[in-house]
Amino acid sequence: MLVYFLRRLTLTVPTFIALMFVTFAAIRLVPGDPVEVRVGEHGISPERLVYFRHQLGLDLPVWQQFLDYCWRLLHGDFGVSLSTQQKVLTEFLTLFPATIELSLCAMLFAIAIGVPAGAVAAVKRGSLFDQGLMTVSLFGYSMPIFWWGLLLIMFVSVKLELLPVAGRIDLINYYFDQPTGFMLIDSLLSGQSGAFLDAVRHLILPAIVLGTVPLGVIARMTRSSMLEVLSEDYVRTARAKGLSPFRVIGVHALRNALLPVVTVIGLSVSSLLAGAVLTETIFSWPGVGHWLIESISRRDYPALQGGVMLVSTVVIGVNLVVDLIYGAINPRIRHGR
Amino acid sequence: MAADVAVPALSSEEAAEVLAQPTPIAAFWAAFRENRGAVFGLVVISAIALIAIFADFLAPHSPIEQFRDAVRAPPIWDAGGTWRYALGTDGDGHDTLSRLIYGARVSLFIGLSVMSVSFVVGVVLGLLAASVGSLVDVVITRVMDLIMAVPSLVMAILVVAVLGPSLANTIVAVTIVYLPRYVRLVRASALGELTKDYVTAARVAGVGPLRMMVATVLPNCLAPLIVQAALGVSDAILEAAGLGFLGLGAQAPTPEWGTMLADSREFIRSDPWIVALPGLAILVAVVAINLTGDGLRDALDPRMRRS
Repeated sequence: MLVYFLRRLTLTVPTFIALMFVTFAAIRLVPGDPVEVRVGEHGISPERLVYFRHQLGLDLPVWQQFLDYCWRLLHGDFGVSLSTQQKVLTEFLTLFPATIELSLCAMLFAIAIGVPAGAVAAVKRGSLFDQGLMTVSLFGYSMPIFWWGLLLIMFVSVKLELLPVAGRIDLINYYFDQPTGFMLIDSLLSGQSGAFLDAVRHLILPAIVLGTVPLGVIARMTRSSMLEVLSEDYVRTARAKGLSPFRVIGVHALRNALLPVVTVIGLSVSSLLAGAVLTETIFSWPGVGHWLIESISRRDYPALQGGVMLVSTVVIGVNLVVDLIYGAINPRIRHGR
Repeated sequence: MAADVAVPALSSEEAAEVLAQPTPIAAFWAAFRENRGAVFGLVVISAIALIAIFADFLAPHSPIEQFRDAVRAPPIWDAGGTWRYALGTDGDGHDTLSRLIYGARVSLFIGLSVMSVSFVVGVVLGLLAASVGSLVDVVITRVMDLIMAVPSLVMAILVVAVLGPSLANTIVAVTIVYLPRYVRLVRASALGELTKDYVTAARVAGVGPLRMMVATVLPNCLAPLIVQAALGVSDAILEAAGLGFLGLGAQAPTPEWGTMLADSREFIRSDPWIVALPGLAILVAVVAINLTGDGLRDALDPRMRRS
């Protein structure tokens, strides 16, 4: 187990180094001189320019700049945002809980509907429900979610006025400290009546939008995996020994059918974060996706660089943990190469 | 779906037909035809392709001409709609129908270019990784891992930040994002094929490394690759539309569906159809391609068949 752990861990090191190189190189390739961007259009005296270049380390050879960059990253220094003058890491950490909260709720929505629906469709294979669900799931994973979000806003928020259009909470009526950054928890902690419900109401539409693609994928995966399991011998045995159909399907079959589904869920962090960029933009959700898009339109390249670095680090980290857990559960993965 | 279909008795001619070895294409078509959804998808996507090809004849107006006297004209089914602008006009007075028609051209162009470039580059890199091995393999695999580690849209944003937003750079960005899928697929299937007897036989017969990989191994890796390529077209269209929606893809007045959506967002309350139509076009195209891709998978690769 330790060998597997170490081997898997060392595999991420080159990926991480390459990631540092790519973010470094990308921002250096952006047209425009970073000093000129910082001082604005009016320009400054040549002496000041040399001073600034020296201060930013731009007078050093490129390889030394790269090593400096890596060194700073390894010490948790992801640079300073040009537009807010705040540390990129601080900004990221303030905004990230909003993205986690949204992504978790979206995934929960997708699982809560996708798994039972997929299982029922498999059991009632060929039925109207099955065909209906497969059509819905096809549309689910084909959905341009930015359009889907706008449609929902159009009908649910604007026409029916059921749910709020944007943001995480009604800032006019509710204002409180956010010790955790998770609105659902903070609103409960605040003790203000109605705050939690308002946070939930803000969360519903974004979570549905972000959860739509995973819902389609999960429903379909559960169905096909369940179909495979239902033809296994142990399911027939369970039936033969007189267990109730509910127990056979709900406990014996579903538990085994879920293994590949869990794999897909575990490895979907990356696509979930990509979807979060779009979802957060539509709903003005103050998370890291919205922030990345904002920093690109403000030409805030340090924020973009640090943001990409941090988001990718999260993905690499989560994928590593997922792999390690599989290794712990499944010896075949551990010993295979 | 076909679980409880009874097997009909065969007449002697039918039996002869079954026993005769069909050509691969005929066999493929027979399997593909069985899937009604896939055939439907193929019909729709062919229609979209025809619309894209004959856009110049079909579109009533130029997609970038601004009709200043008819800004945000309603579609034909709304009060005040005229046949002159059957689907209305957008905030700049562009005819929506014409833009949707030309948008088919843009989206298919994006989807097909991304697919063909990443297909070719993916095959080359994948075969290299599988055949040369050692250092080349490690480098290629690591780079692909890196691209996969960055969320697709974030990677595309980074590429666009460096290159600047445009239609061409959208294609570059999306190609980079989807390249790993092809490389990994080719590498994995090639590695699998390399252990088989026919490869050893070819090697003994004196087949050189290049001929071995391209002429002997590659054709046996094609089935999953073709499926990936088909589904890759719809993914590329979605991704490019997403970039366009974020303002990082094709720039106005290019009639790209995602860009059209982004430009009309402000009219979501007053003129919802300007927002609804481009997205509907994206959805229809993507669903049709996905249906076709699923049919391809079922027909080409029985192992991947989704029961």
